[in-house]
Amino acid sequence: MNFTRETWISLVLVLVLLTIPYAALQLGNPFYVTLATRMAILGLAAVGLNIALGLGGLVSFGHAAFFGIGGYAAGILASHAFSGQPLNFGLFSVAGTNSMPIIWMVAIIGGGLLAAAIGAISLRTSGVYFIMITLAFAQMTFYFAISWPAYGGEDGLSIFVRNGFPGVNTLVPINFFLICYALLIGGLLVFALLRNSRFGAALQAARQNEVRLASVGIAPFRIRLAAFVISGAITALAGALYADLNRFVSPSMLSWHMSGEFIVLIILGGVGRLAGPVAGAMLFVMFEFILGGLTERWQLFLGLVLLGVVLFARGGLIGLLAGRARHG
Amino acid sequence: MQTALFIEQLLNGLQLGVMLFLMAAGLTLIFGVMGLINLAHGSLYMVGAFACAAVAAATGSFWLGLAASLAAAAAAGAIIEILVIRRLYERDHLDQVLATFALILIFSEATRWLFGSFPLYLDIPNLLRGTVPIPGGSRYQLYRLAIIGVGIAVAVGLFLLITRTRLGMRIRAGESDREMIGALGVDIRTLYTVVFALGAALAGLAGAMVGALQSVQVGMGEPVLILAFVVIVIGGIGSIKGALLGAVLVGLTDTMGRFLLPQLFGIFMPPSQAGIAGGALASMLIYIVMAVVLAVRPQGLFPAAKG
Repeated sequence: MNFTRETWISLVLVLVLLTIPYAALQLGNPFYVTLATRMAILGLAAVGLNIALGLGGLVSFGHAAFFGIGGYAAGILASHAFSGQPLNFGLFSVAGTNSMPIIWMVAIIGGGLLAAAIGAISLRTSGVYFIMITLAFAQMTFYFAISWPAYGGEDGLSIFVRNGFPGVNTLVPINFFLICYALLIGGLLVFALLRNSRFGAALQAARQNEVRLASVGIAPFRIRLAAFVISGAITALAGALYADLNRFVSPSMLSWHMSGEFIVLIILGGVGRLAGPVAGAMLFVMFEFILGGLTERWQLFLGLVLLGVVLFARGGLIGLLAGRARHG
Repeated sequence: MQTALFIEQLLNGLQLGVMLFLMAAGLTLIFGVMGLINLAHGSLYMVGAFACAAVAAATGSFWLGLAASLAAAAAAGAIIEILVIRRLYERDHLDQVLATFALILIFSEATRWLFGSFPLYLDIPNLLRGTVPIPGGSRYQLYRLAIIGVGIAVAVGLFLLITRTRLGMRIRAGESDREMIGALGVDIRTLYTVVFALGAALAGLAGAMVGALQSVQVGMGEPVLILAFVVIVIGGIGSIKGALLGAVLVGLTDTMGRFLLPQLFGIFMPPSQAGIAGGALASMLIYIVMAVVLAVRPQGLFPAAKG
């Protein structure tokens, strides 16, 4: 790995995120641990989206669907573990669980399967169609969650006790932060490995010049579908963590505002950049916290800032600090 | 009684479809001419509804409110076109999505600032109050019929505007080759502003008319916007004809699905379960229809001919 300016900035950012909760504890402000956890989780969700959007150029406006399915995986399994009733699938039934590793696996598989289904249809189209179709499918899961009363419907589903991880007391905020942080680092590693792999090269080629990719014998559709599935799976994992952070899942995790926020995170940080989602999530959560404390109308200012970034400061924070990406 | 209910639901579906057409026509026109995806179209719908409710409350006249909604939405559309949207035509779709997403946040918060968080209510005008008999012995709200009538009138008007007038000729020319009509001396910038304002006015009209059926509140435009997206994806982006047929298809599918599916499930399920399963499937039905249409025709039913 050659150490460019961007690599250094990424490292510094990731380390800063790690120090926030410890500094907060030193300063006697444990609430900031939760904020840092939020940053890590939203960052992970956006890392997932960045694979599709940044590397593959697939502007998915429906990643909330994957985020939400991860959240519901955590919520539903935990609620069955809590009530002691097995999940009934008709032919067989499965006991609920409150073990995080199992929940994560379920979230990843669920997110991946949903992404495969949505991707298989949506990726037949491109451009604006793709944006609108992913949005519409996410909206479909949203309405399904609202109208299906078994798991709370519109009211959502509470997780009474945070799910556990073998050997770790997850009720201690800093421990939960470290779990989320470790998974964020894992997500970043997956992103970096993918980007530098042959698969990543093909994926970026699919974004830059589809015809050329096809002419060397690689089908763009399959490459994109695989990327979309990986992307959805990572975002679903983040959703499971988010449910555990709030100890609550509701259809709002599936709402299109959520999908919009993920894209915003990536834009604020820098599209296709390794640490872009992390930078974006840190900025966004800070912004939300500081402005939200000052005024109820913080979304108005978020809108103005976002408009300014889109119109005048493309490249986001990483672009500002590390210069333009070397290849587009 | 069953036939009466069926006809009533059919009309409800048609009314939803007509309303979606007003939204979708603007979206698809803006995309066809300027190549822009406008998420803030739902905000213009909201602007129309709020303008109508506010003016109707102040003056006591729904009709003044309706005029105000057209004016306010068109003005809001023209302003954002000049300030923001104009800079986005040459950008990629990602930038357009984000900038118009930012506009939604700004519009929603600003409206909440101006009008508060409580919903406003808008009364149906006296002239259109009451019901009319429909086949099967039941009666149907006159106001909803009026909405259907307005929608059909707008569809005919748009058709004439686009095929018979000079402005329509320019719009069609803009769709097929924007550089060429610029070179021929047409003021494209003004044309774009006019088209955007026209689309906005249609959205505002839809918002005002629906405002009398539902409450007028912040965020009311977003579900409609997403339905309108489904409509233009099904119909083919850029095609007014596609928008009309897509809108009617979506309106009828959604309404009839909610009405018929629980009954259909009731044939082989206990009623309570049938209601839940039917309702859940009905809420997803239009998206399933969209998926099927796209699986067969990825460019929609009536892809706009691109030059």
